[in-house]
Order: sequence, then structure tokens, then C-alpha cells
Amino acid sequence: MKIAVTAMESSLDSLVDPRFGRAAYILIIDTQTLEFKAFDNHENKNAFKGAGIQAAAMVSHNEAKVLLTGFCGPNAFKTLEKAGIKVVNDQSGSVLDLIQKFNQGNVVFADQANKDGHW
Amino acid sequence: MIISIASGKGGTGKTTVATNLAISLEKDVQFLDCDVEEPNAHLFLDPTIVKKEQVVAFVPQVDLEKCTFCRKCMDICRFGAMAVLKKDVMVFENLCHSCGGCFAVCSENAIMEKERSLGTIEHGVMDHISFTNGRLEIGQVMVPPIIKKVRSFTNFETITIIDAPPGTSCPVIAAMKGADFVLLVTEPTPFGLHDLKLAVETVKLLGIPHGLVINRAGLGNDDVKSYAKKQEIPILMEIPFDKKIAKIYSNGQMIVDSLPGYREKFQELFDKIMQLMENRENR
Repeated sequence: MKIAVTAMESSLDSLVDPRFGRAAYILIIDTQTLEFKAFDNHENKNAFKGAGIQAAAMVSHNEAKVLLTGFCGPNAFKTLEKAGIKVVNDQSGSVLDLIQKFNQGNVVFADQANKDGHW
Repeated sequence: MIISIASGKGGTGKTTVATNLAISLEKDVQFLDCDVEEPNAHLFLDPTIVKKEQVVAFVPQVDLEKCTFCRKCMDICRFGAMAVLKKDVMVFENLCHSCGGCFAVCSENAIMEKERSLGTIEHGVMDHISFTNGRLEIGQVMVPPIIKKVRSFTNFETITIIDAPPGTSCPVIAAMKGADFVLLVTEPTPFGLHDLKLAVETVKLLGIPHGLVINRAGLGNDDVKSYAKKQEIPILMEIPFDKKIAKIYSNGQMIVDSLPGYREKFQELFDKIMQLMENRENR
């Protein structure tokens, strides 16, 4: 299965970036083979508004089924929900550890955003 | 003849000057309250509202039957208002600025225009004043279209007084552009001066003749006066820092109706503006 993880750097050793829409990188990872693609999110990071929405569309486009991140705002959450992508919030530590945790089923799927929108 | 009353800093007395000026004139006046985020001139002028109308903008509505999910609309949107998913498109109406980019790039004609309400316009009358104001709807952020709508009712046959919003960004530009004269209202405090400088830069950029009213004169220091002298901005009126005036304002009343001599002072202010305009034309 493909999952998306927000990351500070473009590798699996990276720490999880707590932000979703404005994360440095978004990694799309195959949970079985650990093959991954790193997407530079820097254009979104500096977006005036709607960063979370754009990041969510990008995750959907790359066919990830789950997003693991720190904080996910309301617009991003709504978009992900509509795209049928499950969200796991409040994550930190290394990306690799997080994938392991996910593969062991040690995560809780969110039923709402855990961050207010930016105004 | 359009006189736009602006300030830079908020709370310097734009509405006080605008409303008292309008009431003092002994001829037909049009009053446009363009401070659409917090219109309050009606509280002082108390016009009888005769007509209300909506201000609308268009937001995209996507026909999923026609959509090929090509993402062109999402890519052109500078405001992140569209999300193209695998088999769905989401539109975030509150982020949309109605620029029309998505309509233009859609090669499938899958995007239709849907109306969204931005705010309301009210028209009213009070004695010799014909009154129009705009009011931004709660949750909406697009201010200039409402100001432009208010200004579309400008009657070029009479004197038009515009109560502009504070600041120096798009809304203020929308309320000043095309005016014949900008009356800047400031207070003699460091904050007043700081924002006055920004406002003066804006007015100069627009190339509109301007003059100054110092409200709460006697407060603070003389820095505003020295600045005005240096910039050659005429000081057309000073309103003293007076508890009586504050009280009149807080009761929603007019200075010119409550204190002797002020009607004449505001008429004088108008004459000075007309004089400046004439001198300019003769040059």
C-alpha cells in the first residue's frame, strides 16, 4: 500500500515534518518494499493560502491511501476525506520508525482536523 | 467632484470629518461609506434606508460529467481554492478571488459560474444627503468589489464625499482612485504620523491633490505639523482634543449640531478644498 509521510528531508532517515501543507517534503512510500518518491513541497510551503488543499490534492494524485503527519488543518482534512485518504495526526520521530509503527497497526486514524486554519 | 476622506491610521476621525462636512454643506451631497468592513457613518447621519441590494461574485462550479481531471484549473489558481482529486474536484469558495482563471483554462467547458454573495449595499436619504454604504458579509474577505459597487452609484452632478477605510492597501486604493481630492485625517501622535506618511505616499502615487485635517490637535507633539510643512501638504483644519467632542461622538451626534461655530468651520474646510482645486486648475 502507498502512504504519504511529511518529512523534513527527502529520505527515510528524515524526521517527520510536523506540518502538512507547509512540510518541506512529502514522501510517497510503498509500505511493503519501502520504495519511495520524495516530493519537494517548497512551492506550497510559501503559498499565500490553500497550502494544505494543494498538498492534499498532490497526495491524492499520487494514489496514497493514508497520510501520516503532525498537524492537519480543516481544509486539508476535508480534501483528504473527500479523496478517501485516511489521516493519522500527531506523529513525530523518524519516518522509518513511523512506517514500522504503521505496518504493526499501531496508529489511530483521525476523524477530524487537529489544527485550526491559518488566517 | 469627489472628495475621498482617508487616514492611514484607523480611528483618527475620518467618519467624524466626513459626516460633519456632509451635513454642513448647504447643497446636495452624496455620501458613500466605503469602509465596508465596518461601516458606521449611518449611525451619525441616520438616513432613511430606501433600498438594499446584494453584491455578488462568481465562483467556479465543476461539472464532473465533463471534467477530465486535467488539473489545469488547480494549477492556474493562485489562491489554492481548487483541489482536483482522482474523481472529484473541490472548490473552496472562501479562498476564491473570482479572477476567472479557471474558467479561461478549462478546455472541456466543465466549469460554470455560480453566484456567491459578498455583501450588501444600502441606499438612503437624510435631508440634502443621498446616502449609500457597503457592508461586507461575515466570513467574506473580498473588499474592493464591494467598494467598487458602492462607487458605481457616484452622482457626478453633485459633491460626493467618500468615507474611505483605514490603511493603505487595496480597499483604500479602491476608495481613493479617481477622486478629485483626498482629505487626510490624522492625529498628532507618533502612530498618526507613521501611518500618515504611508497614506501620503499612496496619494502621491495616485497623483491626487490632497490636504490635511489634524484631529485631536493639542495631543502629542508638533511632528505632524513639521512633516506637513516639509511635504508642502496644506493643513486645512484642526479639531482640538476636547472631551466635549468625544462625548458628542460617543452619543452618535454631530459636532456641527452640538457645538457653536463648527458648522462654519466645516464650511470653511470645504471652501479651502475648492480653493485648492481652483488654484490647481488655473496653474
